[in-house]
Amino acid sequence: MNLSLLLLLPFVTAIAILLGNGLKQVRFVALLGSGLQLILSLYLFVQYSAERAAGNTSQMLFEYSHYWFTPFNINYHIGVDGISVAMILLTAAVVIAGVLVSWTMETLNKEFFFLLLFLSLGAYGFFISLDLFTLFFFLEVAVIPKFLLIGIWGSGKKEYSAMKLALMLMGGSALVFVGLAGLYYNTSINGMHSFDLMQISKMAVPLQAQILFFPFAFIGFGIFTALFPFHTWVPDGHSSAPTAASMFLAGISMKLGGYGCLRVATYLMPDAAHVYAPYIILLATIAIIYGAFATMMQTDLKYINAYSSVSHCGFVLLGIGMLTHTSITGAVMQMVSHGLMTALFFAAIGMIYSRTHTRMVEQLGGLLKVMPFISSVFVIAGLCSLGLPGFSGFVAEMTIFMGSWQNAETMYRIATILACASIVVTAVYILRAAGKSIMGPITDKNFFELTDATWNEKFAAIILISGIVAIGIAPFWLNDLITPGTQNIMEHLSKVLTLK
Amino acid sequence: MSIYSYAALIPLLPLAAFILLGLFGRKYFSGLSGIIGTTALLASTVISLLTAWQYFFVDGKVNGIYQQIIPMKYTWLQFTANVSIDMGIVLDPISVMMLVVVTFISLMVHIFSLGYMKGEERFATYYAFLGLFTFSMLGLVLSTNIFQIYMFWELVGVSSFLLIGYYYDKPSAVAASKKAFIVTRFADLGFLIGILILAFHAETLDFQTLIERLTSTQSTQFISITSASLLGVSMLTWGLTLIFIGGAGKSAMFPLHIWLPDAMEGPTPVSALIHAATMVVAGVYLVARLFPVFAIDGSALQVVTSVGAFSALLAAIIACTQTDIKRVLAYSTMSQIGFMMFALGVSKNGGEEGLGYMASMFHLFTHAFFKSLLFLGAGAVIHMVHSNEMKDMGGLKKFMPITHLTFLIACLAISGIPPFAGFFSKEEILMAAFHSNKIVFVVALLTSGLTAFYMFRLYFSIFWSKEAPIHENGHGEGTWSMKVPLIILGAFSLLAGFVPISQLVTSDGAALESSINIMFSIAPVGLALAGILLALYLYKTANEKPQQIAVSLGGFYKAAYRKFYMDELYLFITQKIIFNLIGKPAAWIDKNIVDGLMNMLANITAFISEMIKGLQSGKVQGYALYFFGGVCGLAILFIYLLK
Repeated sequence: MNLSLLLLLPFVTAIAILLGNGLKQVRFVALLGSGLQLILSLYLFVQYSAERAAGNTSQMLFEYSHYWFTPFNINYHIGVDGISVAMILLTAAVVIAGVLVSWTMETLNKEFFFLLLFLSLGAYGFFISLDLFTLFFFLEVAVIPKFLLIGIWGSGKKEYSAMKLALMLMGGSALVFVGLAGLYYNTSINGMHSFDLMQISKMAVPLQAQILFFPFAFIGFGIFTALFPFHTWVPDGHSSAPTAASMFLAGISMKLGGYGCLRVATYLMPDAAHVYAPYIILLATIAIIYGAFATMMQTDLKYINAYSSVSHCGFVLLGIGMLTHTSITGAVMQMVSHGLMTALFFAAIGMIYSRTHTRMVEQLGGLLKVMPFISSVFVIAGLCSLGLPGFSGFVAEMTIFMGSWQNAETMYRIATILACASIVVTAVYILRAAGKSIMGPITDKNFFELTDATWNEKFAAIILISGIVAIGIAPFWLNDLITPGTQNIMEHLSKVLTLK
Repeated sequence: MSIYSYAALIPLLPLAAFILLGLFGRKYFSGLSGIIGTTALLASTVISLLTAWQYFFVDGKVNGIYQQIIPMKYTWLQFTANVSIDMGIVLDPISVMMLVVVTFISLMVHIFSLGYMKGEERFATYYAFLGLFTFSMLGLVLSTNIFQIYMFWELVGVSSFLLIGYYYDKPSAVAASKKAFIVTRFADLGFLIGILILAFHAETLDFQTLIERLTSTQSTQFISITSASLLGVSMLTWGLTLIFIGGAGKSAMFPLHIWLPDAMEGPTPVSALIHAATMVVAGVYLVARLFPVFAIDGSALQVVTSVGAFSALLAAIIACTQTDIKRVLAYSTMSQIGFMMFALGVSKNGGEEGLGYMASMFHLFTHAFFKSLLFLGAGAVIHMVHSNEMKDMGGLKKFMPITHLTFLIACLAISGIPPFAGFFSKEEILMAAFHSNKIVFVVALLTSGLTAFYMFRLYFSIFWSKEAPIHENGHGEGTWSMKVPLIILGAFSLLAGFVPISQLVTSDGAALESSINIMFSIAPVGLALAGILLALYLYKTANEKPQQIAVSLGGFYKAAYRKFYMDELYLFITQKIIFNLIGKPAAWIDKNIVDGLMNMLANITAFISEMIKGLQSGKVQGYALYFFGGVCGLAILFIYLLK
């Protein structure tokens, strides 16, 4: 199949939205476009699986390359492996859910849906790029709309948060760019420097260059995925963003970072990955534990989920840092799982907020009585977050734990035990939040007037829950999907060449 | 495919009931939900009885030894080439016995709830949760893989959370359900790390292979796990002890028992299901499942014995002082599970030495009947008087003849009076303890005496004590759906002791000689009778004697009444240490220091740009000055410094 369709579709949808007139037309177009995206990504998944089943063992499928800017040897080179397909599925699910929960967007709806679709364009482009420059290009495409989404449609101290988020992500991008440029100037293929991911992966980047540029690339992408101590944009950014933007931010945007850490930093600079692994693990473990404890003290539902995202994304980085096949597979699973779960969480919080006009845990109470559906969604998201079997979080976390334990060094063992311990803290903060806001007596007489979810909200929740449950009950399909990709990365990592 | 494949239906039917009722129950079935759930469970019970019959009496035995049969097993998640989570079904004596116990007790609870929970707003949800719980428990029992058991273990935990918190608008119920979940989750952390340790060394998650590898002293895996050590303790001991911590959490062993009394906030039939026969014995089952490995590691088994015996005694002492009838039963459960635990602890694997193992399983079996009967009976009482407190009860024998009679049977059974069920299993346990550890034996003997005392204290306080109270509230003793399970369970509490468990469920699959010895029985039965007589003397009629004794015991009574301040201790650790010393500082540091640094970075940037923006003022004279200065500077640089 032609992967460029994944870019064309959001682009056309975004243009069509601009031509639309009034909320009804605009949201219809947005739903249609995002629905087609979901169908297209499912079709990609089917096609991909069929190719693999037919015995196609090439590393990337559906590759396509066209020169873009010859003097610098920049190409529009795209292709997917299982990891990218998994991320594309995630993106499509979150985008359509995001459109559905924004169904009654009052202000500037045209611009809102336009930016949302534009964001999905950036994400798809990022996940299919095999050229580091186009990859970077799409990374940038996915930053600017967030600034606008938070700054215009946000709540609370939105200007501050929007600025903070944009500056920190831009800072991350700058670091990423230094890393990519470093790679570029240290490659030589037929006398030319190259941005091509596949080509760079086949040649040995000099160790010194790796040591120098790995931190740039890893920290740069790491900022996107809430690497401690650069995670502080997450709580403010998420809590000020409108619901759909929070969903996109936590569900997809943070995954761009994890994907970059894995695909660019770790894959292309394997020696440096081994050298820096202990530091990655240290920071990841801090993020997991410290994020979990910080979550425990939050009183705003959005802050709770944002801080818990710091903790959960720490698992992604931990899985990558452990550098075993199982742990890296687990990291990819965690990206997908957390993306779905956190989007669901933000959707539920958004539904609660739009009715009760508060997100403070102590002001809420007994919502299960008045809105059973939304409350159930909240509880399901919470149970997924605390790693209940049957939901995706369990599968991902256990895979990471199993993979991490394969490292027998004491430091790594301690890190794994601390990561395991965080699931207890997760249970504490999830149950505190749910126990107070969902269960318990109704705290406010006005709550009796509230209505349960509308059809669009139900639809959004069902899409995300289906994903979570599909992974939770039958994880083997996701495992089979991503294993060839992680296998390739592992082979590359085990060929450590120049370590002295 | 094996002939036993139909056993997959046993857990799947309750699951189907859960999905059906969970998704559509409230809207489309409401009143019918109970019937749907009960029918599914009835079918499930029939199939497990069929399985048990086929396994035990038709073809489970080869050459006099019960075999382990694995009718199905599928790879669920592949970690590495030889480590994977499988989903499967295992049939061996303990799992088949548990199937019968779990489905049967669950069926009784389903039927009882038809009357007890009638008219509840979330009737369908209640039955959905019951289905989920039963499914999880059956999945746990049938696990072929240590990770599979962990998964169902967690599911059992969450379904019990949902059931305990059924009255979700009652803050105490919410707190209790949270407490139960978090305490057991904490224990499960031990379980998880234990699994990681065992799996790492044994290179498998499959029970059968794992046990094979870790019990043959020649295998590389065994050498690997026994030679690796931490703090002077071998990894095998670490792994097993950590797994036992998980078991101790679910089975409410000291010091992880604190959730059990509070869990009584759930509807009473739920307590009969979860806190009598199923979830709380999961820890015992886990140890039994891994027993061959435990048996070769003396230290881990020592831990099991000590924790079990201590919990048994401690819980019995506390039970004597509690006034909430469900809490008395909760502590009694903890005490009885302590019996099962130390019975495993004093046992060896195989042969006559394996008496403790058989006794433990036997007690698990009989205890399931009389303890769920006690809970259901207590439920009927609470249904009548609308209170859990002993002081609101008394003289109920006139109003509730059936409850009274069945409750009496259960009390006699738990006290170990022949020929009631508890007598047989408790005798075997005492015998096993007597042969291997005299201290444990004395503790057990003492605890049996206490058990008889506090159970009859409960019995007399509910049914005798005060004269002619007025409790008539229109619905009498309850519906037939409530009385029938009581009668059935009463019959089983009377007869379950005659089930030849020693022939069926043993550590090595071979039949064991039953070893009831009349001379040996004199001491425990005598003590039990003494306990009953003391309770009769103190509580048959309302009087001042118990109060006087409590006063004379002073501080000890108060400490026992306050459950030896365990709750206060936990509250101190969680509130004062975890929240105030870790949580609050973490949140504060994040807001002020980490984020402060980021903001400082931004402020410095802003400050610098503020400083240098004056340079670009648009004044030509200024530019000329900078230009001149620059030229001079460069000139100096080139002439003097870089020559």
